[in-house]
Amino acid sequence: MSAGALSLAAVSRRYPGAARAAVDGVTLDVAAGELVALVGASGSGKTTTLRIAAGYEPADAGTVTLDGRDITGLPPEHRGFGMVFQHYALFPHLSVAENVAFGLEARGVGKSARLARARLALDGVGLGEKAARPVQALSGGEQQRVALARALVIEPRVLLLDEPLSNLDPTLRESMRDELRQMLRRSRVTALFVTHDQEDAFAVADRIALLREGRLLQVGTPEALYHAPASRAVADFIGRGAIVPAGDEGTHARVTVGGVDQRVAITRPPGERAGAAAGIEVVLRPEALALTAADVAGAWRGEVRALRFAGASFAYTVALAGGVVVEVASSTRLAREGEPVGVRIAREPLAAVPAGPEAAA
Amino acid sequence: MSGGRRPMATWAFALPIFGLLLWSVVYPNIAVVAGSLEQGLAHWRAFAASPSDREALVTSLEVSVLSVIASTAVGLPLAFLLSRVEFTGRRVLSAVATLPAALPPLVGVVAFLFLYGESGVITRGVQAALGLAEAPWRLTGVWAIVFVHGYTMYVYVYLFVAAGLERLDGSLGEAAAGLGAGRWMRLRRVTLPLLTPALAGAMLLVFMSSLGSFSAPYVFGGGLRVLSTQIVASKLNGNIGVAYVETTVLALSAVAALALFRWLERRRRYTISGKGGAAVRSPVRSPVLRALAPAAAAALVLALVLPHLMVLLVSFARDGAWTTQVLPPEYTLDSYRRLATQRELWRPIVNSLSMAAIATAANVVVCFVAAWLIVLRRFRGRAVLELLVALPWAIPATAIAIGLAATFNRNDIATGRILLVGTFWILPLAYFVRGVPVVASAVESSLRQMDPSLEDAARGLGASWWLTMRRVILPAARPGLAAGAMLAAVSAVGEFVASVVLYTHANRPISVEILAQLRDLSFGTAAAYSVLMIALVLGITLAARLGEGRLDREVTEGGTVLAS
Repeated sequence: MSAGALSLAAVSRRYPGAARAAVDGVTLDVAAGELVALVGASGSGKTTTLRIAAGYEPADAGTVTLDGRDITGLPPEHRGFGMVFQHYALFPHLSVAENVAFGLEARGVGKSARLARARLALDGVGLGEKAARPVQALSGGEQQRVALARALVIEPRVLLLDEPLSNLDPTLRESMRDELRQMLRRSRVTALFVTHDQEDAFAVADRIALLREGRLLQVGTPEALYHAPASRAVADFIGRGAIVPAGDEGTHARVTVGGVDQRVAITRPPGERAGAAAGIEVVLRPEALALTAADVAGAWRGEVRALRFAGASFAYTVALAGGVVVEVASSTRLAREGEPVGVRIAREPLAAVPAGPEAAA
Repeated sequence: MSGGRRPMATWAFALPIFGLLLWSVVYPNIAVVAGSLEQGLAHWRAFAASPSDREALVTSLEVSVLSVIASTAVGLPLAFLLSRVEFTGRRVLSAVATLPAALPPLVGVVAFLFLYGESGVITRGVQAALGLAEAPWRLTGVWAIVFVHGYTMYVYVYLFVAAGLERLDGSLGEAAAGLGAGRWMRLRRVTLPLLTPALAGAMLLVFMSSLGSFSAPYVFGGGLRVLSTQIVASKLNGNIGVAYVETTVLALSAVAALALFRWLERRRRYTISGKGGAAVRSPVRSPVLRALAPAAAAALVLALVLPHLMVLLVSFARDGAWTTQVLPPEYTLDSYRRLATQRELWRPIVNSLSMAAIATAANVVVCFVAAWLIVLRRFRGRAVLELLVALPWAIPATAIAIGLAATFNRNDIATGRILLVGTFWILPLAYFVRGVPVVASAVESSLRQMDPSLEDAARGLGASWWLTMRRVILPAARPGLAAGAMLAAVSAVGEFVASVVLYTHANRPISVEILAQLRDLSFGTAAAYSVLMIALVLGITLAARLGEGRLDREVTEGGTVLAS
């Protein structure tokens, strides 16, 4: 199998009659063998982007290239891509093995050969025993694996997956994340997959492309998006945390809440220089904060609004003076709901982003 | 599902329904079979020895198979064209594509006679244009019947396949394309196999309708014999024993066809989930085809509405004046004036309306209870009830009529017979029997869409049985009741096949009167009646739609049996 390098260059698509473009100038390179996740809320254009890459949807502008060859106008049946659909799109009138063998049939592979290869592919996803079953006799997780086997058996240049985990129940979903990454890694395929769930993206992808309203906000590793968001929108979407205005002091920032200052080191988005933006905001992640007693000097004052047990830690929702609500992670149970507490910044540096329009108000 | 909790209540409703259906649906069929065996096997031997009966059986099957082929050849491509392709004229064509099914059976035949018959407008037009001494074709024989059947029955194939295409998960086609399948492989390996259940259902409907068809063979048959016309001929000639044999053979052929289709259907059963959304229509790519599309669409639309227009035109023709001209030479409102003023001509209209109303009202009550029992109760005999309700669907109208004639021909309490033949009530009874499967299947499908736990919820909130029925079950059944009642009323108003066997002068319906007027060569009057009938059908349809909002498509599709 030879994995291909997929590139989208300034791809745009506006549906007839729509007010704004569904996909607006998206440029994205997926290296051979790389796993990239397209992440965004519903309506962000991630599925349209995927469908343009697959050839199901025409692009109004921009080009799609595979290993440098322009394939923008090539119909899906000639792209040699694999696709896993959100609802799997297994053929209900064919058996499990016939489903997997379908793409080989389209490539003119003889019946016994293609069924043998389908069988191998099914063994690869642990479903060899169910080859002769009707697809409707399978569970959701099994159907998902058949869909994956069907897409992989044709040795696709690129594998595209549309919300591959969204149809699974939460427990199964957690284990399928790891399994999916392993299977994709093992087959060394280039994969682009769409999800609205950042946890899915973190678990499976090498890099994440975050979309909002058809535009690409940031492309980077999961850590980069989490710790060095390029904008307020990225910080808002990725991970938990409150975003509060701060005074820009070069390598540091002064964060004032309810009249109490805390000074912290910050990291800025790549290419962003001190004083360039109209102002900055910092991202207060739960793990960067710590609870203190209510009267500790230098800590922000607040009151515990809610307390959630989350296995390894407790998650406190604390309403600070001045109307800011933050989440604080703590490994011990320090306060009850309704009790006054103090909050201080416990881990530096914090991510700083240029102030959004919300901060000016 | 809350069965068995009140078995007494269930049986209090089930017993009368069983009794009524056994008496009106099953008993007449037994009477026919018994009648055929009255003199041992003598009638059967006569049937087997008669070349005309053998010819009738073979021709019936031949006409039915050819009608299925013709209807599929028209309906299948049309469904694909209108569901998958965008072109100028598509909306208009979609709007008129189902129009032929709205023609009452005999009216369709009459319209074809006016258009393509030996003295029809198209026939004479072609003859005049080419300067021929004789008509270029004669509208008789197997091909004439298949032509008429194809025109009226392709609608079943079109509707079923279009609905199937709409339900088809669009991502299946995309998945196939993504796996490298080209257009033909997608059609052959994915789309057509998934459409098979819908297509088989439609083909069965066409086959059954053709097998029981009476008006087309009766009017266009020429010397041709088919079973349905042969039965009526035997009865008129006094060979009632042979008529019983022929009826039995016709009914058995229909049941055998039904069983065969069901068996084929069961071999490929899977649910089609519509999760992915239907595929979208794509525009025509070729510029030549795109330029031709409006003209082709217009020609098709014209061909589809021509029968309706023709009936309308002829209704204004002066009776007796239209002889050898291409178009009727004189136009007048006389036909309508006579319908409105002459008591004798008004009579069939009153008859049809009152008999249809009685039959439909009975259908609504009986079928609602039957559907409620079938869908929401668990009791021994439920499967039998399901079969009883569907049975008239499998039996051609001629056979139903002969059965009723064989059963209700005398008063005899001991054998459960009462004299209805020769009275007004025999036709409402026949219409009722034909309407049972139509209304019941519509109500069943409505009730099946109801969450069965609603009934339990109502009871849990303290609602009495009656309140639950009135406020939960009846509202859930309403769309099906409205659609079913509409279909039953429409078929009853236009009914011809059973009517022609059972009518008397006093209760003759419109369809029989149309035939009588045709025999008198009073084409204008016959056409005026036909226009009136089309208006009635449209009126009933509109009334049902207004009363119920938009009709559930699935319900309508569930039980259309307007056999001609």
